[in-house]
Amino acid sequence: MTSQPTAPHILLVDDDEDFLYQHKVQLEHAGYRVSTASNRADAEALAAEIRPDLAILDLMMEQHDDGFVLSHHLKRMLPGLPVILVTAVTAETGLGFSPTSDAERAWVGADALLAKPIRFEQLTREVERLLKAGARG
Amino acid sequence: METLRVLVVDDETGMRLAVARVLNTYTVRLDESDDHVVGFAIETADTGEAALEMMAASAPDILLLDMKLPGMSGLDVLREIRERRLETLTVMITAYATLETAIEATKRGAHDFLPKPFTPEDLRVAVRRVVRHLVVQREARRLALEKRQVRFQFISVLGHELKAPLAAVEGYLQILKDGSAGSDPAVVARVIDRALVRTEGMRKLIVDLLNMTRIESGQKRRDLAPADLRDAAASAIETVAAAATARSIAIRLDAPERAPLVADRGELDIIFNNLVSNAVKYNRDGGDVTIAIDRADAAWRVRVSDTGIGLSAEDAGRLFQDFVRIKNEQTRAIPGTGLGLSIVKKLAQLYGGDASVESEPGTGSTFTVTLKG
Repeated sequence: MTSQPTAPHILLVDDDEDFLYQHKVQLEHAGYRVSTASNRADAEALAAEIRPDLAILDLMMEQHDDGFVLSHHLKRMLPGLPVILVTAVTAETGLGFSPTSDAERAWVGADALLAKPIRFEQLTREVERLLKAGARG
Repeated sequence: METLRVLVVDDETGMRLAVARVLNTYTVRLDESDDHVVGFAIETADTGEAALEMMAASAPDILLLDMKLPGMSGLDVLREIRERRLETLTVMITAYATLETAIEATKRGAHDFLPKPFTPEDLRVAVRRVVRHLVVQREARRLALEKRQVRFQFISVLGHELKAPLAAVEGYLQILKDGSAGSDPAVVARVIDRALVRTEGMRKLIVDLLNMTRIESGQKRRDLAPADLRDAAASAIETVAAAATARSIAIRLDAPERAPLVADRGELDIIFNNLVSNAVKYNRDGGDVTIAIDRADAAWRVRVSDTGIGLSAEDAGRLFQDFVRIKNEQTRAIPGTGLGLSIVKKLAQLYGGDASVESEPGTGSTFTVTLKG
């Protein structure tokens, strides 16, 4: 399926080439427009250019907190942009990940957190929910 | 100075005071060349019951225990210590060192004996012996624990390294199954290509892992025979030739006509393949690779230089450890298992040599492997 020019535009950021490509293919098949970046600097430049309707970010990139920082920056650049943070932290390293205080959650600004491995239906459900909520707001 | 706690248990006040006086000023130097010096803090008790009460609060390192006590005997105290699984080492002080009581005390966990009457020097000798044993025992325990932890960590990282490509391949199969790839042949081709690339990476990891396990267990049958480093280098160059040509990377071999070494040719191939393929992988397009082989200090010295991305001193320091891959934007797309250089170093050590790296970020790296013979 080819996505329409008016379809919601999703910014997808991960340093894992395979994760990036797989989710791009699947999200496009589901009818979304998808732009991808593999690091924080590229993602911020791309976001300024395409002004996405939603962003999906991996938490761990080259710098371990890149996902947090990117989320924070994107929220400042595009207030109201729904952000989904995807993380492999708990599963892969055993390190507990969770912004614990309201202040931390507010700073990160993510609207949803998903742990890898994520099921595609789970991701599309979150995407739909957040886009709907965004459209209302 | 490390201080060990000694508990002296004797019902004779004079004996307790005498032992305390000798040990309070005594120190044990563990190694002439080492500055590891041990001193003693002395506590005393006049009955076995009192001693056990003190030990319940906190067990001493060394117990000097009189065999004959009012109330519970020295042997009773030993049994109690064993039941509580305390790590205290006990020296039994005994006036009538019959073989029978000695055997009984040893059975119950006494480490040594000090027959009464003893001189201050007898006491010092006995204490020095028990301290040495204690230190060796601690060191052995520490090493065993460390080994366990390294092993657990290795397995945990390995699990992750195997799971990652598996997840990627599953993702691609899922895309094919649910039809998201659509009918675009370019998308289908890429999905299949990437799945194969990740399977290949996983296969390489398993091969590296088996090689490493064989080297480390010492069970690998080594076929030592006259070999030539020049041949091994040439064969490694041939292996990477296609990848090098595709990126206009020139490879030069600078070696004497003959570079003979009695070696396992398979091991030489692993060393050269790793070094030469790294020099290509981490090079810039149009860069150079030089393989220089010469003699230095009764050993062959192999230096593989590239004109690639290089690495920082900090990264260089940990590069030869298992699963260490330098992660940055430049290396993101370069496949590797993280075991290659660790294996190279282990193999070099089998030849009485070593592996090291010198690097300048942005300019290039030189890997040096020495092989004795």
